[in-house]
Amino acid sequence: MKYVCLCYEEEKKLKAMPKSEWDDIVRETYAYNEELHKNGRLITSQALQPTENATTVRVRNGKVSTTDGPFAETKEQLGGFFLIEARDLNEAIQVASRLSGARLGCIEVRPTMELS
Amino acid sequence: MTENAAGRAREMVEATYRSESRRVLATLIRLLGDFDLAEDALHDAFAAALEKWPKDGVPVKPRAWLVSAGRFKAIDTLRRRARYDASLETLALQLEADSRYVEPRESEGVEDDRLRLIFTCCHPALPPEARVALTLREVCGLTTEEIARAFLTAPPTLAQRIVRAKAKIKEARIPYQVPSRADLPDRLETVLQVVYLVFNEGYSASSGATLTRADLSGEAIRLGRLLLELLPEPEVSGLLALMLLHESRRVARTSPSGELILLDDQDRTLWNRGQIEEGLALVERALSSRRFGPYTLQAAIAAEHAKAQNGAATDWARIVGLYDLLVQANPSPVVELNRAVAVAMRDGPSAGLVLIDAILTRGDLDAYHLAHSARADLCRRLGKTVEARVSYQRALDLTQQETERRFLERRLAELPD
Repeated sequence: MKYVCLCYEEEKKLKAMPKSEWDDIVRETYAYNEELHKNGRLITSQALQPTENATTVRVRNGKVSTTDGPFAETKEQLGGFFLIEARDLNEAIQVASRLSGARLGCIEVRPTMELS
Repeated sequence: MTENAAGRAREMVEATYRSESRRVLATLIRLLGDFDLAEDALHDAFAAALEKWPKDGVPVKPRAWLVSAGRFKAIDTLRRRARYDASLETLALQLEADSRYVEPRESEGVEDDRLRLIFTCCHPALPPEARVALTLREVCGLTTEEIARAFLTAPPTLAQRIVRAKAKIKEARIPYQVPSRADLPDRLETVLQVVYLVFNEGYSASSGATLTRADLSGEAIRLGRLLLELLPEPEVSGLLALMLLHESRRVARTSPSGELILLDDQDRTLWNRGQIEEGLALVERALSSRRFGPYTLQAAIAAEHAKAQNGAATDWARIVGLYDLLVQANPSPVVELNRAVAVAMRDGPSAGLVLIDAILTRGDLDAYHLAHSARADLCRRLGKTVEARVSYQRALDLTQQETERRFLERRLAELPD
């Protein structure tokens, strides 16, 4: 079954982080990514630029409106995601618990849905 | 078969339902991979037993018979539904193929199935209220109406909670398994929380007109026993001991007119000796393992009270020592408050008052009525009538519990002018 792990972190904290610490996290994430890829768990993963570069798009009455920023102001922001293949929720939780984002912020684990 | 034998067979079906239905359900959930399908299958299996056993006699292995009957009924159900949803035919075929070579055996894996059921119902990915409802429904076999009544919830709300939990188990694929060794301590903690929550709701109902709802406490103790039988971990022992030791005082805890009686004023001859003996043995067992946690420590504290012939004979020094360990194992303002009360008993009210005031100043327990009533009590004993009055009043404003309200009103009225 496919699950997506949505990584929520406080952008402010990440930005305030010393470069060496940030580099460690990047290295760690690369290594874990590689591991997940090798054991067939990882389908895809992606880090995201900060929410200040986000644009929210809506269409109402046929009219497109675009606004600056994420759709909701929250304490923690979506910073990236991992789409994984896991046998069940326990396995997905296991994968998520080893993501650096689980320590820095939190991971929302969501089963995916096939639209039919 | 004679009329008599048929009657006995019917009684046997009923007795088997009482003793085996939860085991059969737990196994059917594993075999069928679906709670709802398994519940229907369980119902159908017992209906079949009611029809067949009086005619053909009671099978040698009733449980295996029921599991097997339930499985075939489920395959029939899937076949019927397959007319509308072709994918179910594959599932039915698969179940049928499985059943040809995996004949259910009488004992093998059955206890594991009950543990699987408990751990699945108490999975941390389910909301806490749903864990409680699902456990009482699936593991204890209470009806939705019974659970709703016990928790003063409307039955549709409770039913909805159970439906959503089952849907999440299925859709998010929460596995039907006993956690691995590495995950066991954390996952067991969630299970113990559910059991203790059920017990507490029965022992000191959080709201409502009566102080206790004995049937819920009884259910929690039964759950504790089952868990100990399936998974003899020290903390399971500790929790069962804790519940038994509290339960042993139930009768002494309220007056015939329903008024609350504090530990010190209770008639100790009313305490249930059987429960105390059992609780004390379980505490010993847990403590000697040296792998115990907060439940065992709380049970050890309750055990000290149970052992004392009267209030004055209580070993408060040992109780404070146990609270010191508990504060380390499970730091919380409520534990600190209880420790402060024990210190007051060991060293006198002013020593306790200093500690309680420090906790209240931090603001953690400002909305907790028992913190204010404990403070009021120490002030009263120190002759600080004005302060006692303010604190009793604050406690009174905060309590939701009718019996406690009456108790606090009595205390207020008894204060000298």
